[in-house]
Amino acid sequence: MSVELLINGKAFNVDAGIGDTLLSVLREKLDFKSAKRGCNQGVCGACTVSVDGWPMRGCLSLAVGCAGKDIRTLEGLSATRRMQFLQEAFVNFGAFQCGFCTPGMLVAADALLARELNPSHEDVKVAMSGNLCRCTGYLPIVAAVRNAAERIRKEAARG
Amino acid sequence: MGDQIHAVGASIPQLDSHEKVTGTAQYVADLVRPGMLHAAIVQSPHAHARILSYDIKKAMELPGVHAIVTGDDLDESDRMGAFIKDEPAFAKGKVRYVGEIVAAVAADSEALARAAARLIDIEYELLPAALDPMEALKPDAPKVHDDSASYVKVFDAGTEGNVCSRTKLSEGDVAAAWNQCDVIVEGTYETQAQAHLSLEPCGALAEVDAQGRVTLWSANQSVFRVQANVCESLGLPMTRLRCQTPRIGAGFGNKMEAHVQPVLVCLALKAKKTVRLILSREEDFETVRARHPFRIRMKTGATSDGKLLAREVELVLDGGAYGDDSPGVLGYALLMNVGPYNIPNVLAHGRVAYTNKMRFGAFRGFGVPQVTFASEQQIDELAKKLGIDPIALRRINIKGRDDKWFCGQEIASNGLEECLNKVEEASDWRAVRAGGQERARGDVRIGYGVATSAHIGGLLASGAIVRVLEDGSVLLNTGAVDIGQGSNTVLTQMCAEALKLPIEKVAIASPDTDGSPYNWGTTASRVTFMAGRSVVKAAAEVEEKLKQQASAMLECSADDLELRAGGRIGVKGAPGMELPFGAISGRAHWAAGGPIIGSHSWVFDQKTVDPKRAIATGLPFQQIGIFSFTAIVVEVEVDLLTGKVRVPRAWSAVDVGRAINPQLVKGQIEGAFVQGLGFALTEELVWDGGKLANPTLMDYKIPTFVELPDDLNTFIVESNEASGPFGAKSVGEIGMNGVAAAISNGIANAVGFYSPRLPITGERVMESLNQSWQATS
Repeated sequence: MSVELLINGKAFNVDAGIGDTLLSVLREKLDFKSAKRGCNQGVCGACTVSVDGWPMRGCLSLAVGCAGKDIRTLEGLSATRRMQFLQEAFVNFGAFQCGFCTPGMLVAADALLARELNPSHEDVKVAMSGNLCRCTGYLPIVAAVRNAAERIRKEAARG
Repeated sequence: MGDQIHAVGASIPQLDSHEKVTGTAQYVADLVRPGMLHAAIVQSPHAHARILSYDIKKAMELPGVHAIVTGDDLDESDRMGAFIKDEPAFAKGKVRYVGEIVAAVAADSEALARAAARLIDIEYELLPAALDPMEALKPDAPKVHDDSASYVKVFDAGTEGNVCSRTKLSEGDVAAAWNQCDVIVEGTYETQAQAHLSLEPCGALAEVDAQGRVTLWSANQSVFRVQANVCESLGLPMTRLRCQTPRIGAGFGNKMEAHVQPVLVCLALKAKKTVRLILSREEDFETVRARHPFRIRMKTGATSDGKLLAREVELVLDGGAYGDDSPGVLGYALLMNVGPYNIPNVLAHGRVAYTNKMRFGAFRGFGVPQVTFASEQQIDELAKKLGIDPIALRRINIKGRDDKWFCGQEIASNGLEECLNKVEEASDWRAVRAGGQERARGDVRIGYGVATSAHIGGLLASGAIVRVLEDGSVLLNTGAVDIGQGSNTVLTQMCAEALKLPIEKVAIASPDTDGSPYNWGTTASRVTFMAGRSVVKAAAEVEEKLKQQASAMLECSADDLELRAGGRIGVKGAPGMELPFGAISGRAHWAAGGPIIGSHSWVFDQKTVDPKRAIATGLPFQQIGIFSFTAIVVEVEVDLLTGKVRVPRAWSAVDVGRAINPQLVKGQIEGAFVQGLGFALTEELVWDGGKLANPTLMDYKIPTFVELPDDLNTFIVESNEASGPFGAKSVGEIGMNGVAAAISNGIANAVGFYSPRLPITGERVMESLNQSWQATS
């Protein structure tokens, strides 16, 4: 069936089966490849995309169920100031090694900062506990997210 | 520009950072080629069975199915294996574990390929299975391989029946030494199968050109091992296969030897089309490989003044269905079992058992986390019995610069004592260990544990080619695959430093068996040391050739010339007289001398065994590498109500020789620590009969953000290895080695008992707590 998906602010008409996941449609039909298939069971978080502002598992969301919703992938979010702060902090803190989990991490972190611009160490751990990383040991990710938040707060304070 | 380049020692971000944070980095599943088909695999439902027939008719009739391969497409004589050539490209004649690949389908879509795979009917004759390594080694056990002794081997493996390999190493006279020991500890330890769980599942993409030559991209740790494995298992000349690499979503050992590459190349050659195969997470769990379960029987003795005198260890490794890296893991674990201590009398021996389970193979630590788990608990127990502080006892026995490693290899740089000092001071060891009741908080008991370990960086061959491009910038090519740890960045830093160039003037080529110099692989913690040395020497050759060219251009002797920062060759003592690399390279390309290329290749050749000192049989490698050292202290909380163990604080110091990129080094130490935390406390593959019971991330628990320590302190110790590039040694694996042992020692300090089994789950801790309460009541 034809489904209209709103991705990164742009409408796409795509032919999707009833069982096609948002992740498979994004990756295989629309060439948005930032979200990764790590487990396809909703555990690893590598497929995290933003749906109506919430971090969602692309592999557990059916594409047809996302019609009309505001879907944002890392490709689109990279144009926002908040995501750019996060990306810079991830680079500066060594918050990735292989990078496979990184798009999902960034989208999850972005959703956290959208709600809480002064997250504690514990806030970051809890908000991102659904995203797995096997390389870094997580600590630089926590530091990077908090650093990005701090820089965003400082920028806001300067007006 | 000043006259200094500070590329080495700088924490510059990974060169591919931008790709990785914008989601544009291309892993194998992100690659698409024109006309590409998709593949799916058929897996064995049985642990051990003879394959009687294949019925692929229904599957082939599905529209959109292009080709199917089965064992009938393989030649019986074509087998691969790093040490023992015992493994077909995929199941041929027999299946030897549940999940083994038995057939594969190429179709227009992944869904169609999977649908077709389900229509393939395979008739089996069930055979009794050997599932437990101890049972498998009994004479009447079912044979995993009908005639294992007949396989081609690269060393004297002693293969017979279900004995895949056996190794024995000895020094001194252990039997006589026990009498001189005042205190002896003895125990049996069991460690579990751990899944590598790189977040990127294994996959590959094969493209066949008009001449039948295949180009293969795959998730790998060595394009050269991929080439060798595919060609050996399919009977192809190596000229028929070109291997390349996309970005790799981590490896930890499971992408070093073959996974799906052989079956995919077989399928692509049959389909005569481009085919991509990406495993699902479950398939990756079931078909690839995992860390060896070890059964360790160990005995250690010391004199009353704390001198270690004797050690005996016997290992049985579950090798799974195929040899893979098992003989290497056994040999290396035996060599490293003593740890960084002087013990004059040692007998170390063991066997790898073939079983009807998945392959067990290389995984960060390569057997050392397992033997260290046993050894460091025994050192701790000895300290307790002798009434000596555990760190003090270790200091009495640690190897110094002039000591030899077990079996006789020389140790050059050694920063172990400094590692111990760092973690002792930073953890405030004496004060916290002396703390009494204040270490209890409600139902939680707090303890502190220490462990040391060593690792090598080295093994086999590596090369580098450094080429000056026409404009004076430089292309570095080493063939070493960056699996995410950042070796491309580190090697580029070394090349830039050696040629005094800004980092952006050096590009690093992607590994390609057609164009790169040989590199055995990204394994054995070796790329910085092995490829790095080649980079430095190739760059020195480039410097020499630049000077030769410049001497003709400046009409002076090459001896009067110097390399200046920023890509210039100048006349010593004459600041204005100089030429940029671009001018020199332009002349070399178009007028005289030829393009400037420097190259170097070498094999690590320092002998492991000194025959005057040790007796070794069945050791699969004669030269291992240069030693790095580590010490770890952990703070452990044990909940008496649930048995749950938490590690709130930890201190990990590693002697890396020299940190080429401190932030990347820190990343290795932290990442290895957290992987060690999973190994120690939660991770375990469990079998239900022959079938893996938890091949999903829901049931196999790796550490998440929630489990990480509140405070993980890393310390980089720089002992400056004279033979290393800029003094560097290794760091990739060592940070994992001592974690489980330190945690177990911390638990013992908190509640009084050691843990002979990994992982140390809440359930197992409760069991031990109940036993100790019953014993005291």
